[in-house]
Amino acid sequence: MATNTAHTVSVRLSAPPPPGRLGSIPLWQYMLLLAGAALFLVSLEGAGLSGVSRETLLRLPQQVFYIGQQMFPPSLDRLMTVVTAIVQTLEMALTGCLIGIPISLAVAILCSRNLSPHPLVYLVSRAVVTLLRTTPSLIWAILMIATVGLGPRAGTLALVIASIGFCARFYAEAMEETDPGPREALTAIGAGKISAIFCAVLPAAIPALINTTLFNLEHTTRSSAVLGIVGAGGIGIELLVSLRTFRYDEAATILILVFFLVMGVEQGCAWVRRRFLMNS
Amino acid sequence: MNNLAFTTAEVFADCLENTAVNAPFETARAVATAAVADIEVTGLTKTFGGSVQVLRDIHFSIPSGQAVALIGHNGSGKSTLLRCCLRLIEPSAGTINLLNRPFSNLSGKALRNLRSQVGFIFQRHNLVPRLSALTNVLHGVQARKKGPFTWFHWMAAQKDREEAMLQLERVGLAHLALRRVNQLSGGESQRVAIARALMQQPKMVMADEPAASLDPVAGEEVMQLFLRCIKEEGLTLLFVSHNLEHALRYADRVIGLRGGKLELDAPASTLNLASLRKIYG
Amino acid sequence: MAESRKFTTFPASASIQVPPRFKRPTAIHTALVLGTIMVSIHAFHGTELGTMTVIELLEMPGNIGRLLGEMFPPSLATLPKIWPAVLQTLQMCLVGTVLGIACSIPLGFFAAKNLTPGRLPYFLSRSLLSLCRTIPDMVWAILFVIIVGLGPLAGMLTLLMDTLGFAGRFFAEAFEEVETEPHEALASIGATASGSFFSVTLPSAMPTCINTSLFSLERAVQSSVVLGLVGAGGIGMLLEEPMTWHQYQQATTVIITIFILLVAVEQASALLRKHVLN
Repeated sequence: MATNTAHTVSVRLSAPPPPGRLGSIPLWQYMLLLAGAALFLVSLEGAGLSGVSRETLLRLPQQVFYIGQQMFPPSLDRLMTVVTAIVQTLEMALTGCLIGIPISLAVAILCSRNLSPHPLVYLVSRAVVTLLRTTPSLIWAILMIATVGLGPRAGTLALVIASIGFCARFYAEAMEETDPGPREALTAIGAGKISAIFCAVLPAAIPALINTTLFNLEHTTRSSAVLGIVGAGGIGIELLVSLRTFRYDEAATILILVFFLVMGVEQGCAWVRRRFLMNS
Repeated sequence: MNNLAFTTAEVFADCLENTAVNAPFETARAVATAAVADIEVTGLTKTFGGSVQVLRDIHFSIPSGQAVALIGHNGSGKSTLLRCCLRLIEPSAGTINLLNRPFSNLSGKALRNLRSQVGFIFQRHNLVPRLSALTNVLHGVQARKKGPFTWFHWMAAQKDREEAMLQLERVGLAHLALRRVNQLSGGESQRVAIARALMQQPKMVMADEPAASLDPVAGEEVMQLFLRCIKEEGLTLLFVSHNLEHALRYADRVIGLRGGKLELDAPASTLNLASLRKIYG
Repeated sequence: MAESRKFTTFPASASIQVPPRFKRPTAIHTALVLGTIMVSIHAFHGTELGTMTVIELLEMPGNIGRLLGEMFPPSLATLPKIWPAVLQTLQMCLVGTVLGIACSIPLGFFAAKNLTPGRLPYFLSRSLLSLCRTIPDMVWAILFVIIVGLGPLAGMLTLLMDTLGFAGRFFAEAFEEVETEPHEALASIGATASGSFFSVTLPSAMPTCINTSLFSLERAVQSSVVLGLVGAGGIGMLLEEPMTWHQYQQATTVIITIFILLVAVEQASALLRKHVLN
């Protein structure tokens, strides 16, 4: 430590002791973290990792490589069928989105705290919309198949339901966040409730509404690609068949096309956002 | 006939400095109501949250064609009173008659019908920002017509569009008809709001501090224009103002609130700016 | 009386110019609008909804009613298998999400414009994130079932990929938004890139990362319930049999369980988020 020499004088400072290592994080959060870690370790078996032996792990890259090899070159055999199915996938997504928009607007009015006609109506609509949104679209597809039969009809209807679940909630949030002033002014003029909503609330909420609709389109396109797996139309069924018949080269083509479809829709939506939302 | 009733009421009101209820005042009120009283408020009380009494037992009546300024300190309840008159805020007690008709108990269509005859100017214009000035003015026609063809200017009847342009011309903004409201200045927006109120073809106008959110120059312009339009049509006016000069210059009669009670009710000509400032400034 | 006074309105032929109703549409606008309308009509046609006859439309409520009748009351036959399946779903989600987040941190580092060591790692990591995000998770599920076989391992790997795509992108954005000054300060005293990352970037971005992680967990549970339909483990596997043999009542039990599970997770997640992040 410091030593007293002729030239330097060291000053012994008495510093306060450093604070405890646990710091300001409450104890219960640590317990939560520990519990989470314990849960994780226990879950490893349930997640299928315990039975994984060394040789399975070693075989894994080999298997991936083998499949990858089979995927190239991507097959062009059934190109037309596949492209038609991709187009149908897109059409399902577009139609589902479009039909969903007006219905979502109507439901969103019921779901907005400031616009709903009655608190009970508000609660019930919120619950229904949550139900529509949390249920996976695949389950809706299964239910729709049992209602209208196999094919793209069932898929589109399932997408309509999923769209309503997504859009209604965000449309309602957009409408709740508008300035209440213009609506008050229209009430003072003596306008009816519906008039006031269409004249004052909707025009103000339009940027947020468009944004939500575009997100919904992206989301719906992704869902649409898999609905075919249960027979609700689109590319899903082709993919399933190719993989189950070990035609990995066909599967590769399908995967590439699906990738471009989703990418294309995302880029298209980004373009629309840039053109129409930036200048508002 | 209107003028006689108005002058009689004025003479009687002239004798009074306070709203202490006494015989001459009752007579004055009775005479005034025998003429067309555009607003008549009796015993108006408003309590917020069960304990905060913002308005206490307010009585006044405004005959047709009179311009009345409502003044008071911040928190004296003047904005609340104005909104209660149109039931944008529901009063806790008391009755309101608008245009010689009972207003307190109306609901639904009847309420809307009577409201449509009163124009209301807000402090912050309350126009729809993303729509054009023309469409915003057009909304005023919903006082007389319902239906989706009154929502946007491009789908409205030509007659209504022409009338909206006329009102815009009156406020000097015909050249900005297609400009979006969020691109207009504060003074211009407030003028569009005035045009919208005029579009209703109202019998009476209420205004809540119309010049308060504008700079002094724009505020003067707007008030002058506003009062000119009001006088051209001979409308009754009740406006709240925290600017005592405006109150004295533009109103025929001044009502003062303090602590939720009506304390002053006198013609503007009998009042003196300095003494008003001492009480309300 | 006041009623006899007419409001000032000039005759229609006044000198005021009323502006036109519509702006002259540009060629691009017209093309866009027409194109959108045509595409929409074509799309509607392609979904075969347009060919539904009126009879079929009127039959729909009847069909739904019949379906509901067949679905209720839910069968109790599948009940003993439900709890293990739910457990498996949750465990699959937990492991998949945690591993996914662990992998997202380095991936987010390479995908952050301000932290990445070079253009190639940036490009590769961004492409990998894009790939993970764009390919629907059912497709990952089918692929992993082929590679590692049926069972929850395939599901867990699917959720790992899904989480990578979701969290990786948000992590990268969060890292990019951390201010540069502390980095510069550390660099000037000779800290390494990774040291700077762990002591500055990660702690600053922590709230966003925690929020994103909780969201990932929620999303994982939502995806996992159907992965089983293709054999990737979890409660979805209990749906495969009833679907094939049209045993609607058993399917209903499973669907109701799925719904309860999803709502519970959403509520728990909201609660957790409120307390941890407040």
